[in-house]
Amino acid sequence: MEELIGTVLLLVPQLVAMFFWDAGRPTLVGTSIATAVLGAVGCVVIPRWRYRVHRWEATPEAVYTRTGWFVQDWRVAPLSRIQTVDTKRGPLQQMLGLATVTVTTASAAGPLEIPGLDLEVAQRLVEELTAATQATRGDAT
Amino acid sequence: MPPAREWVDPAQQDWRRLDPRMLAVKPITEAGKLLLPAVLVLVVGGTDRWKLWAALAGGGLLVVAGVIRWATTRYRISETHVELHSGLFFRQQRSVPRDRLRTVDATSDVVHRLFGLSVVKVGTGRNDKVGEEDELTLDAVSAAEAEHLRQVLLRRTPGTAATAGAEAATPEQETPAEAEPGEVLAAFRPGWLRFAPLTLSGLAAMGALTGTAFQVLNELDVDPVHLGPLRAVAQWLERTPLPLIIAIVVVVLLVVLTAGAMVLYLVQFWGFTLTRESDATLRVRRGLLTTRSVSLEEDRLRGVRISEPLLLRAGGGAKCAAVATGLGTGAGSDTLLPPAPRGDAHDVAATVLAVETAPTTVRLRRHPRIARRRRLVRAVVPVLALAAALGVGAATGHVPYWPCWVALALLPVAVLLGLDRYRNLGHALTERYLVVRSGSLVRQTVALQRTGIVGWRMRQSPFQRLSGLVTLSAVTAAGEGAYEVTDVDLGDGVALADEAVPGLLRPFLETS
Repeated sequence: MEELIGTVLLLVPQLVAMFFWDAGRPTLVGTSIATAVLGAVGCVVIPRWRYRVHRWEATPEAVYTRTGWFVQDWRVAPLSRIQTVDTKRGPLQQMLGLATVTVTTASAAGPLEIPGLDLEVAQRLVEELTAATQATRGDAT
Repeated sequence: MPPAREWVDPAQQDWRRLDPRMLAVKPITEAGKLLLPAVLVLVVGGTDRWKLWAALAGGGLLVVAGVIRWATTRYRISETHVELHSGLFFRQQRSVPRDRLRTVDATSDVVHRLFGLSVVKVGTGRNDKVGEEDELTLDAVSAAEAEHLRQVLLRRTPGTAATAGAEAATPEQETPAEAEPGEVLAAFRPGWLRFAPLTLSGLAAMGALTGTAFQVLNELDVDPVHLGPLRAVAQWLERTPLPLIIAIVVVVLLVVLTAGAMVLYLVQFWGFTLTRESDATLRVRRGLLTTRSVSLEEDRLRGVRISEPLLLRAGGGAKCAAVATGLGTGAGSDTLLPPAPRGDAHDVAATVLAVETAPTTVRLRRHPRIARRRRLVRAVVPVLALAAALGVGAATGHVPYWPCWVALALLPVAVLLGLDRYRNLGHALTERYLVVRSGSLVRQTVALQRTGIVGWRMRQSPFQRLSGLVTLSAVTAAGEGAYEVTDVDLGDGVALADEAVPGLLRPFLETS
């Protein structure tokens, strides 16, 4: 998963900054080592955990997602209430051939996000959802 | 005004400007805000000629800005769209399809009323981001025009829209619909005033008043200690025993707070009427000084919310608000009933939703007992943590011991709060509504149309996973966006969601 690289990318500048700032102070070296260890564990554990939790499913009636790792979050939205469907690809995701699909409903409670989808799957999903959304009438509120 | 031509064709008769009287109103309201500081500057700094000129220039600028705004702002109601063009330096063109308009909110403060004007806000019901609402604001048009806009904009059928467009040129002639006053669903009763002190608004009003008073004194360079009467009070205080002082202060505060709350209640809700207009809109009119009229299409109503802040609940009162899509921003735009007897609130809820008995009064299903433990833990742990931190602080000599004791004294309060929160947790499903209730300090009961639910959301923290609970949210386009059923049993929650909106969840359930 792209989270691994993301975490490493977050960690590296942190470490570099730490070493540059106070190379002479042993306590801070200690803390940065601790960060590195924790980060490494996090790198390994969290993406796996997320990957295990994350689920998505789209049927002709509804879209369903499960996200989160510590606090888990299920969301269901019927296709008839979908307002927009977006795909987004960050540079990392482009490198790995992945995409994030965001499904928005009329509610202010936030959209459904399906991160880290295979590009082809994402494109097919978006096409299907768009077609299904167009088929329903009304303003979806 | 040559540049305007490329944007607005002057030949088109249906483009309308704001009321020219706003030219007078805008500078007055703006100047009103500046008046106090200006006078103070003059008084304190002496009548310096330079300052006088500055003030005049400021006033002149306001007038010029007003003229520019008036000259550049135009709006038009065509058969399908409402268009608004404005701005000289930053030109803005807004165009909203008419079938997207959900609410019309006309507000006029004292100055506007003096000139017979209103500020009209048209809510479009588009939520881009959380709390960001798309609105068209017309500041200001004549009161008659505001009423006319209200009627025209919320009328849906294309036929009437066409005639309305034709009438738009001559609003003075268009008054037939005004003759039908609409069915009154609720009206202000003086008895409601007894609920005013039970809201905390009095406290806020007092705070604001004292704040302003001190600021004025400060700006006038007057030290309150040197004021004659205050000094007398201070001297008298020195001679009086402490308990008496406390008693007097408490009594004075209570009296002032009560009076303040009542005045505020009157100012906000004087002349409150809730009507159902002939064109299927709900309309709330209220206000003593600033009058406000909010119109809401009944089709957009997704439910009602009854909220009972702790004090109000103790006094048997409740507030009622609309849960609707596209309700404009701004405080209190969803008010359907100000603090009033609880029975009245439920009655209003029932009449507004056009049902026999209010769904908010149905018997609610309690949540599992384990949810009580969770409420208790969540209420008590922060207090305990605070007490512990303060205790450690005191032990190491950084802080005195008394804050720690205060925190410990709060513990029973926290326990009571947790128990009450659990007692208030509940949900029910009626034929057409999902009813959820939660909260202690502000107890809210929301009845949400089952057809208005546009999705579900379930959240589970690790602790909830351990105790088999889940927080289920009914996601909707209206109101706050999602209404939570807190700490319900996982199986019950899924069953509830499945039953409330049949078919939606079924494909994703493994056992059912």
